[in-house]
Parts: sequence; structure tokens; C-alpha cells
Amino acid sequence: MNTTTMNASRRAFLAVSASAAGGVIFGLPAISRAQNPTPTSKGAQIGLFVRIEPDNRVFIGARNPEIGQGSRTATPMIIAEELDVRWEDVTVEQLPLSIDFTGATPAWRFGDQGAGGSTGIEEAWADHRQFGANARWALVSAAAARWSADAATLATRDGRVRHPDGRSLSYGDLAAEAAALPAPKIPAPLKAAKDYRIIGTPRRVTDARDIVTGRARYGLDTYEADAAVAVMLRCPHLDGDVESFDDTEARKVPGVLEVVKIAGPAPSEPLAANLAPGIAVVATNTWAALKGRAALKVAWTPGPHASESTASFDRHCTDLLKGNGQVVKNDGDLDAARAAAATTVEATYVLPYASHAPLEPQNCFVRLDLKAMRATVIAPTQQPGGIPRLVMNLTGIERRNTEVFLTRIGGGFGRRLTNDYVAEAVLIAKATGRAIKLMWTREDDLRHDFFRPAGHHRLVATLDNARTITGWHQRLASASKYYRRANVKAENMWQPEIYPDDFPARLVPNVRLEWFAAQSGVARGSWRAPAHYANAFAVQSFLDEIAHATRQDALALRRTLLGAPREFDYAQHGGPKFHTARLRGVLDQVAAGIGWGRKLPKGRGIGLACHFTFGGYAAHAVEVSVSAAGALTVERVVCAVDVGRVVNPLGIEAQMEGGTIDGLAAALHQAITVEGGRIQQSNFHDYPLLPIREAPKVLQVHIIASDAPPKGCGEMGIPTLAPALANAIFNACGVRIRTLPIKDQLRRALAA
Amino acid sequence: MATMRLTVNGKTQTYAGDPDQPLLWYLRDTLRLTGAKYGCGAGLCGACTVHVDGKAVRACSVSMGTLAGRRVATIESLEQDGRLHAVQQAWIEEDVAQCGYCQAGQIMAVVDLLRVKPNPSDADIDALTNLCRCGTQMRVRRAVKKAAAMLRRPA
Repeated sequence: MNTTTMNASRRAFLAVSASAAGGVIFGLPAISRAQNPTPTSKGAQIGLFVRIEPDNRVFIGARNPEIGQGSRTATPMIIAEELDVRWEDVTVEQLPLSIDFTGATPAWRFGDQGAGGSTGIEEAWADHRQFGANARWALVSAAAARWSADAATLATRDGRVRHPDGRSLSYGDLAAEAAALPAPKIPAPLKAAKDYRIIGTPRRVTDARDIVTGRARYGLDTYEADAAVAVMLRCPHLDGDVESFDDTEARKVPGVLEVVKIAGPAPSEPLAANLAPGIAVVATNTWAALKGRAALKVAWTPGPHASESTASFDRHCTDLLKGNGQVVKNDGDLDAARAAAATTVEATYVLPYASHAPLEPQNCFVRLDLKAMRATVIAPTQQPGGIPRLVMNLTGIERRNTEVFLTRIGGGFGRRLTNDYVAEAVLIAKATGRAIKLMWTREDDLRHDFFRPAGHHRLVATLDNARTITGWHQRLASASKYYRRANVKAENMWQPEIYPDDFPARLVPNVRLEWFAAQSGVARGSWRAPAHYANAFAVQSFLDEIAHATRQDALALRRTLLGAPREFDYAQHGGPKFHTARLRGVLDQVAAGIGWGRKLPKGRGIGLACHFTFGGYAAHAVEVSVSAAGALTVERVVCAVDVGRVVNPLGIEAQMEGGTIDGLAAALHQAITVEGGRIQQSNFHDYPLLPIREAPKVLQVHIIASDAPPKGCGEMGIPTLAPALANAIFNACGVRIRTLPIKDQLRRALAA
Repeated sequence: MATMRLTVNGKTQTYAGDPDQPLLWYLRDTLRLTGAKYGCGAGLCGACTVHVDGKAVRACSVSMGTLAGRRVATIESLEQDGRLHAVQQAWIEEDVAQCGYCQAGQIMAVVDLLRVKPNPSDADIDALTNLCRCGTQMRVRRAVKKAAAMLRRPA
């Protein structure tokens, strides 16, 4: 292989040690030291980043939680590429959480082990290449020593080191010798991109065989011998409490071991543990726990939000928008633009609360040893790094004495960035003195979520005589995602709701963004692509409304706004730069793919939308038909994405398909509503996922080729679907969707 | 209750527990067959789909008391002597899974569909009610068609 020498952007050390089977383990020095102090730890057995056995099996560690985003496939691909092994010979192993608490500040041993913000690939790109290259170089050095050859003359391919004279040795043959050598001088040379044989090639989900045979283990599949099953009846009232309870009947259920009250947070206080108070039923098995819970009699106190409803929240937002909000961006002179405007266009868009509804409900196994002050946690979580501190805060166990193991995870979508269910399991384990496997039911999961914020977006645009957009005013009233966070000041609550550098910042001379703090007792959190979902819907729908009002082509208007290829600073997550040409690239791709501008029969329409999300550029074009009675059919969807260099095209395609389906389900059906201070939805009958019959029969994904450093793709595929759909619907039947979900709006509008 | 017998993946089992217990918890908690997943507990999502006497059912909504003398088959029984069922093979080839949590249930539902409809139309596939949260619906459709073709092909 050809190599180029690159300076690693960050230090990438290598520690080499022997595996139990006579192979070699490549890890980081801190890990090697850490194996001995905790010999009971499964971590030592699971191994480190790379393990090569004498029989040539190659094990590569995956550090991020796998929630379906494809991290366990794509990140090891990067190591395998530079290690120069055959992907078919690689087995991927999940790394446990590993934080070094010995220094002044805790340090990740394997790198950041979270799953959020579509950052896994970007971070793996920054260190995994060098890591794989260093391990490869150690094997080359072992071969050089065996052959008394100059390492620089040796090449590798498919897990073998090759001598110029034709001899070769497999990595397995060299493993024991590599393990005995001192760590090589680093950084080792990296491959040139033109030599990639794994990166950029389609690779299927690495755990596919385990998944299709039922062997894949998720959090809920944790069956530790000493675990009792806990389910909890939580207060259904927002910020309510347990007034009294009677567990007489619950305790009579065979298998029920204990019933304990678990306190919740004080109303409106920052949330440091579990989300809601309630009664936990602990039993020998799941069914007994569920039956015991059903037999509980609990009286609740309603709490301070008893009069909140979806209708009252909408009135509250409407009222807020009549006043003045917090100006968070004010480019140019909007008032002057308004005074000089030839045309003004206004519209208000309304988005509901939404639930994550991962198919695997929340669950967690916790074993506390309060004598030895040690804890073991097995959890499906997107944020394992926060667990040692959480356990410490609730039990006093020092952070370094909590082991955290990761399972495969049945969906995340941002829900599992919050470890409230881990806290619950810890609290129940502490109260009962038992090892606990906590299980949430679907009803628990839908009612006790950290919901995507609801909000009202008021947009006003001004145009001059040449139909150029001169002013842009977005006024958003929303319940901030920063829900009861201790460290967020009131004046910063707008930050997760609206991103000031988003389109059309700097493309329109006069831009004002204004945020209004809506009050609500509904818990909020991060939902796939956070505020991009709502903002892209509002902004990209509104562009079409402007185009329609001023008789312009919606594609041409977007192209005009994006203008010549330019690069702008982008200060929010996904920056530091935003390239107009890359957004134009995905927009043009979907416009061509859908056949923009062609004549369509009556009742058919196409619509498009583009958006920059967390460093990735994505666009959707949707073709729909709407019957005279208002029946909607999504005929065809074309999407395009530019996330820089493509690591696994099959994974990117999956994420774009997933984003499209997720976007469709949310746009068509999903809303969490409140009545009397309680969440109304309870299961998939009133919070529907998209049935296969409603999925588009034709969905094309275009992936833009790029040499830019790779970004993730978990969130880029969702924001543009809903506005492209709404724009297509308008073009098909003239009904403008300004409120999500769409539900039966078309039938009602067309019947009128 | 009296002891009853049922067959699970070809093995006879005796059961003397609560007749109201859903099959799902018996499979998972007692037999440790964890391929059938809990997703909704109300027969809505299909993540727990297994076969009873060859037909796809939602294990969360079938009580143990109804299963005396019945044959239960779970995803764990689909692979025979290390050979995957055509539906499993098609699932891998079409790279269907994202998180994978619903997939065992999807596969069990499709095995039953192809038993009844060896050459399923799009409308037949549309009748599947298993839910996927990740958005694998397009790939499920392709995998069903591929599996049907594999099963029709003479061995």
C-alpha cells in the first residue's frame, strides 16, 4: 500500500500487550494500567480497541452506544482500513464505559462514548485512523524484526505483511511478537484516500446475523441471576406527587417482593435524578411486577400544572407573540426594510410536543454493593459517561467504583441522553437492597418522556419591487429544551430553540430573530435533530409561501438566495463553517431527481426543502397525490445528503431512509397533547408509528461524494422531510399545512 | 392451576404458573428466549411476534392458559443446523436492521406471510402491521420480495 505521513491532530498513543490466547492487544496506555486494579471487571475480558489472535481473528472495539445509527459498523471500519485487514475477518466488540478518574479531571480512556449530535463518525475520524495505523505499524515492525528487514520496505494487505521478495506473514503469525515489542514510534503513516478498500464501500450492519436470529442482546435482555424486576407506577400529573397509596393487594400477588415509594424531584427544581415520583413494585419476574403494579391503589396530588392543556399552551404562545420577545439576532435594519417593502408575507407555523418512542422502552440493571461501595450498571443509554456521577450523587459510591456496560439499544432518538431511568433503578436498588432490573412499559415511556419542545413560529418577510427578500423576521414562542437545568440562565434559554446562524442568516440583509419563553410543565429534551426539525419546517415552508405570494419558482428562489458559492461562519453545533454551494448541491440533486418543473396531472404536486443540520447538508423532494376527498399518498421521495467523506454508504442510506420515515410519521401523525395537566397519549394506537403501507414505495437516496472530513448522518435526514411534504401538498391541492401533525387536515380543508 | 404441557421450539415444556401470564414473559423470563421483544404490551407493534401452531401471533397478547397442547416457535428456532431461513438471509442481504429491536418480530411475521402468500403483492406486504421506529420499512419490503423469490427457487 502507499502511505502518506500525516501529523495526527491529537495525540494517539499505543499500548501493546499480549492477549490470553497468545495474540496481541492494542490499546491506550491508561487502559493497560487500568486492567489490574479491577480484575473482576468484564472490561479486561472484553479487550481494547484491537485484538489480533494467532488464528488471525481480528477484534475491534466500538466505543459509542449503538442505537441503530450504525456506529458499531462505521467506526470500526475506520480502524480496519488503516490496520489493513479484511473486513470479513473483523468481529466488533462493544467497549464498556471507561473513564480515567485518577487525574485532576476525569478523562475518557477510549474517547467520548456518548451518542448524540451526530458526532460519532467525526470523532472516530479524528483518532481511529491513527489508531489503526499505529497498530498496523507495530505488526510491520514485528515482521521487520523477524526478517531483519527495513520496516519501510514492507507493505501490508488483507491482514498480511508482505516482503518485497514475495514472502508474507499473517498478522496472526506476528501477533505474539508484536505483543513483545516496545510500543512503536508514532504517529505511523496513514493511507492515502485513493488506497481505501473499506472506507467508502457499502458494509452491512455488523451485528446482522445476531439480530435476525434473536441473539442480539438489548438492555431488556439483561438477565443477571440476582436481579429482581421492578416496574414503577409514576405520577401521571405534571409535577404532581403521591398523596397516599395502598399496596395491600399488590403485596398479595405471588412473586411480589417489595413495594416502595420513590420520591420525585421538587416541582420546577432542577432535575438531577428521576423524572417523576411514584410507587415501585419489585418482584421475582416481570409478570408478577406488572400484576402487582396493576393492583396498587394510589391517590395523586395534581401539582402546579393541573390547568395546563394543549389548548391553553397554544393560547399562551399566541398571546406571547403579540408582545416583544428576546431579540437574539438583529442583522441590518429590519424596520427600514419593512418600511420600504413592496410586499410583506406573513405566516405562523405550529409544532406539537413529540415523543421519542424508541421501540425498546427504558430499562436498566443496577447492582449496588453499599458495603464495598461499588456499583454495576448495565443500561441502554446514549450518555453512559454521566452514570458514575449520577450513582455517586445518589449513593456516595465514588465514580471510579461504578462499572457501566453498554448493550445494543432499541432506538434512541435523543431519549436516552437523559439517564432518569438509571437514577430510578439506583433509587429502587438502594431502597430495597436488591439488584434491580427496572423495566418501563410503553405507557410509561410515552407519558414520561423528555418531549420535543412545542412552539409557535411567526414569520414575516419583506420583499422589494424586484421580488428580492429584503427582510426576515422569525418570532418563536416555545417551551425551551433546557428543561429545569441548574446551569442555564434565563437569558440563555433560547439557545436550543433557534440557531442564529441558520439559513437565511447573511443571505438576507436584514434578519431579526426573536424568542419568547413559553411556560409549560411538560418535560422537554433532545429529539432527533433538536430545533432543526421545527425550524426547517417553518423556514422551508415559508420560502414556498413567499414564492407563491410573489409568483416565483420555489427552487429558483432558493437558488437565488444561496447565490454564488460562499462560506460563512457558523457558530452553533455543526460549524465552524457553512458552505452555500454544498446546500445548493443537495438542493439541485433532489430537484433533478424529482423532475422539478415538469407538468403534473391534477391532484399531484411536488415540493422540496433543504437544510444544514449539525455539519451535514440535506434536501428532500417529495411527490404526492391528494384526492378530491383529501386522501394523501406519498408517491415518491428523493433525498440527497452531503456529510463529507462517505465512510459507509449503506449506513448513510439507512439513516436517510430512517430520517425520511421518521419525518413522515411525525408530520402525518404524531403529537403529544396535554389535558388537565396530564399527557394524554399512552401507546401506539394514539401515538402511531408509520405502518409499512404508508411508507413511500419509491425512495431514492443520493449521497454527494466529498473529500471534506466526515460528519455523522443520524440527524440530517429528518428536518427537510416535513416542509418538502407540506410544499408538495400545497402544490397538489392548494392546502397549506401550517400546523403539524397533518392528521385529517386535508380531508377537512377539502370538504369545506 | 393444573400443570399443562406445551411445545416450545420442538421441546415439551410443563407450565403450572398463572394462566393469565402472557406468553412473552414466559418465553423471556422463564425460558430465556429473548429474541421476542417487548415493545407495547398491547399487540400493536409486533416486536414480540412468534408462531403458535405455525401462525404468527403477538406473544404479549396470548395468555399461557390458552396454550395447552399448542406448538410455539420463536425466532431462535428459525435457523436450522446453522443454516438461516430464507427470510433471515434476505434480511441480512438487504441490510434491513437499524437498531434491530423490531426485526425478530418482523421476520416471524413475514415467515407466516410467505407461508400463506408465497408470491406476495405490494398490497399483501402493506397488510403487515409490525411497526419499526427506525424507518426500515423500505428495506423490509425489498427483503420480503427477495425472501419470496429465494423460497420459490427450487433448492
